[in-house]
Amino acid sequence: MSETLNTQQIIIYFVYLIASFFFILGLKKLGSPKTARRGNQYAMIGMLLAIVMTLLNEEILEYTYIIAGLIIGGAIGMLVAKKVQMTSMPEMVALFNGFGGGSSTFVAYSEYMRDTGVGSVPPTTDITISIVLSVLIGTVTFFGSLVAFAKLQGILRGAPITFKGQQALNALGLIAVVVLGAMLTGDYTQEQYLVAIIAISTLLGVLAVIPIGGADMPVVISLLNSYSGLAAAATGFVLSNNVLIISGALVGASGIILTKIMCKAMNRSLANVLFAAVGTDDSTGTSTRGDRSRVTEYTPEDAAMVFDSASSILIVPGYGLAVAQAQHIVHELATLLQDRNIKVRYAIHPVAGRMPGHMNVLLAEANVPYDLLLEMDEINEEFQNTDLALVLGANDVVNPSARTDKSSPLYGMPILNVDMARSVMIVKRSLSPGFAGVDNPLFYDDKTMMLFGDAKEMITAVVKELKES
Amino acid sequence: MDATILFSIYIFALAIFVGFELITKVPPLLHTPLMSGSNAISGITVVGALISAGAENVALSKILGFLALIFAMINVVGGFMVTDRMLEMFKKDKKDKK
Repeated sequence: MSETLNTQQIIIYFVYLIASFFFILGLKKLGSPKTARRGNQYAMIGMLLAIVMTLLNEEILEYTYIIAGLIIGGAIGMLVAKKVQMTSMPEMVALFNGFGGGSSTFVAYSEYMRDTGVGSVPPTTDITISIVLSVLIGTVTFFGSLVAFAKLQGILRGAPITFKGQQALNALGLIAVVVLGAMLTGDYTQEQYLVAIIAISTLLGVLAVIPIGGADMPVVISLLNSYSGLAAAATGFVLSNNVLIISGALVGASGIILTKIMCKAMNRSLANVLFAAVGTDDSTGTSTRGDRSRVTEYTPEDAAMVFDSASSILIVPGYGLAVAQAQHIVHELATLLQDRNIKVRYAIHPVAGRMPGHMNVLLAEANVPYDLLLEMDEINEEFQNTDLALVLGANDVVNPSARTDKSSPLYGMPILNVDMARSVMIVKRSLSPGFAGVDNPLFYDDKTMMLFGDAKEMITAVVKELKES
Repeated sequence: MDATILFSIYIFALAIFVGFELITKVPPLLHTPLMSGSNAISGITVVGALISAGAENVALSKILGFLALIFAMINVVGGFMVTDRMLEMFKKDKKDKK
């Protein structure tokens, strides 16, 4: 920063600082449901300030590409945001993470071409290193996100794709990037090194995500979210632009925290998620393991009576609920019961959806008030004072083996203590095991009533029964 | 290493720290909007993209900037709008049980 800045540059830098304030303030306001919407708007203001100020930058001479880019990108973004289903939020976020990464790669490469062009100041070692980092992280994020998107969308199968020597190949790829990066730093004119780095990063991005099972996608999306932030920060180093560095760091930190929370909720280490290739295809299995004769089977008519005689009910929703599109009818059931002075609340496990906090959004969409949505740590003590726990499309997250059976693969995973409620009702299509592939002793418990069928059909039948009684 | 990069590293480290402090306070209820919202913020590369697309440069470099701009704008506009759409749905219980 030894060069003297002119007035315009000084103004730009100060406005970038104000934009950064808005981002920080926005994230702070996202900490409470009452202020969250305002927080998002603050972040929007920050972004608007940053964009407008950049347009005034005297380095910008030509506006054709800019206007076209702003319109095309903005229109696509608007369309996606309007059309996307709430159940598809993980796919959308995965894709957007990828675009963020891709954008960083493009900017870094473009900057490299500008710095090495005729008559420009050659890049310093610091800048070259930053360019390599930005291209590496950006490209890995882009292709990793595309694979994650394909897995979530079912274009690629969800099961881990592994082959012999995969991790050795990853390590080799990383070493190659470091070596090529060092060589480029030695002689920045060797553009082919940078191209090779992009090619290897592409491979690394794909290889990093294909061995991860469909059920572990929430962790991967969180991690890619973090990468997209770090890629933006790396681009900030390339351009010596602090607003990019600050925003990128904020997003990077956010993704890391969410990754950690998701890992903890699944009782797995990050290394285990990334490298162990756990899980099978995550589509709801139809295999009927388990013995139906050992369970207490109920009909919707019986169930309606059970609901009517309870005074407190905790609903435990799982992703199966969203697959069955049963959120709305469940909310109707809850309202019906509340009108009869029955206390109804929802207990949400951190991995209930397919990304952090997903289930809350799905229920909010069905008009469930957010103060009835309680997270695991808040509600676990209360199961023992609850008459009935209604489990809808959840399995592993309520499996008591996680607490009691040391030999179970689930052992140690934090679960909702559904088995402590006075009685339990489980709506499920069959006795097939969940993602972890283990049987759930809760199904065979004496106080458990099983309703076999599609969550939406079953609850609709119960609601009909309750309305008639 | 020159002074500029050193300052940048300072700022990066402090911002990571601020990020950790802020995000740990966000309840799980809001984690999905947090993710899509922070995603929009990571679209800040739009600033770099604008300069790449508009500054004096060889054509290929400008085209890269143009592509970067499209990607970043999808992120920014899509991310903020979908976050707003989600947060609009979060409502408190009107009946407010005593």
